[in-house]
Amino acid sequence: MKRDLVVGRFQQEPLVVDAVHALRSCGLRIADVYSPYPIHRLDAAMGIAPSRLPLVALAGGVAGLIAAVALELYTSVIDWPLNVGGKPDASLLAFVPIAFELTILGAGLATAAGLLIQSGLVPFRVATPLDRSATDDTFAVVVHCRDSALDRRHIEQLLLNYGALSVESRGLRR
Amino acid sequence: MIAWSAPLPDRHATPASRPRTRWIAGDPTLREITDDVMRPLISRPGAAWWWSFLVAASALAVGVAAVTYEVTTGIGTWGLNKTVGWAFDITNFVFWVGIGHAGTLISAILLLLRQQWRTAISRSAEAMTIFAVMCAAMFPLIHMGRPWLAFWVLPYPNSRGPLWVNFRSPLLWDVFAINTYLTISLVFWYVGMIPDFATLRDRAEGPLRRFAYSVLSLGWDGSARTWSRYETASTLLAGLATPLVISVHTIVSMDFATSVLPGWHATIFPPYFVAGAVFSGFAMVLTLLIIVRAVMRLERYITVRHLDAMAKIMLFTGSIVGLAYASEFYNAWYGHNIYERAVFLNRVTGPYAWGFLIMAGCNACAPQLLWVPRIRRSVPALFALSILVNVGMWFERFIIIVTSLHRSFLPSTWIMYRPSVIEVATLVGSFGLFFTCFLLFVRLLPMIAMWEVKALAGHDQGAAR
Repeated sequence: MKRDLVVGRFQQEPLVVDAVHALRSCGLRIADVYSPYPIHRLDAAMGIAPSRLPLVALAGGVAGLIAAVALELYTSVIDWPLNVGGKPDASLLAFVPIAFELTILGAGLATAAGLLIQSGLVPFRVATPLDRSATDDTFAVVVHCRDSALDRRHIEQLLLNYGALSVESRGLRR
Repeated sequence: MIAWSAPLPDRHATPASRPRTRWIAGDPTLREITDDVMRPLISRPGAAWWWSFLVAASALAVGVAAVTYEVTTGIGTWGLNKTVGWAFDITNFVFWVGIGHAGTLISAILLLLRQQWRTAISRSAEAMTIFAVMCAAMFPLIHMGRPWLAFWVLPYPNSRGPLWVNFRSPLLWDVFAINTYLTISLVFWYVGMIPDFATLRDRAEGPLRRFAYSVLSLGWDGSARTWSRYETASTLLAGLATPLVISVHTIVSMDFATSVLPGWHATIFPPYFVAGAVFSGFAMVLTLLIIVRAVMRLERYITVRHLDAMAKIMLFTGSIVGLAYASEFYNAWYGHNIYERAVFLNRVTGPYAWGFLIMAGCNACAPQLLWVPRIRRSVPALFALSILVNVGMWFERFIIIVTSLHRSFLPSTWIMYRPSVIEVATLVGSFGLFFTCFLLFVRLLPMIAMWEVKALAGHDQGAAR
């Protein structure tokens, strides 16, 4: 297998962000960074676009709202209107609580489903982490070295200069 | 999600100038955090755990026996009568739903408010929410008398017409509120655990464990792109859970407030019930965590400062509850409604006055001791206070429900209510269910959100270098 990737392992979060900044300013492409917890400044450093999950949540919420109001009106007004305590068939105010609950339910389930589907997180997906410790206490920066201005050795040296504890070259992960 | 409050990193600083990590004692490394959280999952449980489990499981068995007897014999085994048709079980229902609210407050509202202290306790508080809502849901179910027909409360096309459910009824609003709350809480809890399952998968020994954690982790690998999306999703779920939790107890209070019964028919009920729910929930979180931190040796993460912060919220919400009690009495006097007045006079001087005294003493007076910093930092004092509040909040619901029902408009219907042994045994059983679930939780799942605590520790340690 061709060794197309360079992996640098770090122990400290600020060094990771500095290294990513430096590598990107050298025109290198960052394949990904693996970390045991989210690093906030990394989004800007890696140029990750803001997630569109809020739109998914909105769509789920609107779907829940429409479903709830439609269900309430169809059953209470169209299909079998029942006179309960002389209240109007379309008691819109009384329909609010359930419409609200189903709006939240729709938005919440859509958000969770959106996250899992977009990230490819499904049961029995086999994770191939570069390093078992990346979910424990190590930060791994993975750089593409193919078609890059610098060769592999230069990239490795760059990572070491920026505080990587170890570097390694390897093939594509999957 | 976690505010960067420490000074900017200075890599040349000496170790002596490290800022103190505020919410974790003793600056553990990231690996030590994993080790500490994993310890209860891989080590053999100690005697304290086994004894607690034995007591909890026995209580659960008592409850199973009581419910079995009630379901096979009928609701007549309870002390209910024609006048007091809601009493012990609806008290238990409102009590348990309320307990759950602290979990959502900690995991969602404090997340949006960027409170760092929530990280160490959020996971167990969320677990508490789920178990409490499960206990709560059991009560309306068995109150139906024929719980196997419980699905009739759902609007589905049936062969009876179809005869639809009544969407104007607050009891149906409850069905939707409780089920939505349970579903969203479960989703929030599970999504929060995915990164920790991945950590456990990569550290676990033994094929069975590794397989289980591997399935649960959904192939999580800690990629920055996934983390970025994950953080957005957490914030969204927190933003959705916040109005949800407020709506749930609001709707529970509407079961009472939309009736015409004096003592129930009050516009103050929704905020009063929500504050009471958070109050009782925090008392339960304190009770649980004070036990768990000692038994599981997690004092490093659940510090006295955490307990202090929770005590402050308890003081705040307890004061709101005290104010609500006072407002109710003021309105009964000021409103010039003789029925309303009679109900409130009966609460203080009637046959259930002893219950009112317990409720007012435990909920309005006792928490005022928390103004004293020394009491807020004393673990035994907090434990005692948390138990008092649990008891007081149970009595609050009992007093609201029973005193309003047992003497309403028609004096010819006036009657006393006494719980039967079966009802008491069912309450004991619900505590058994709650603690059995919680004890299993602390042994099977990571009870501290490792990735959140690591983020806190990592930021502080990064800032120190």
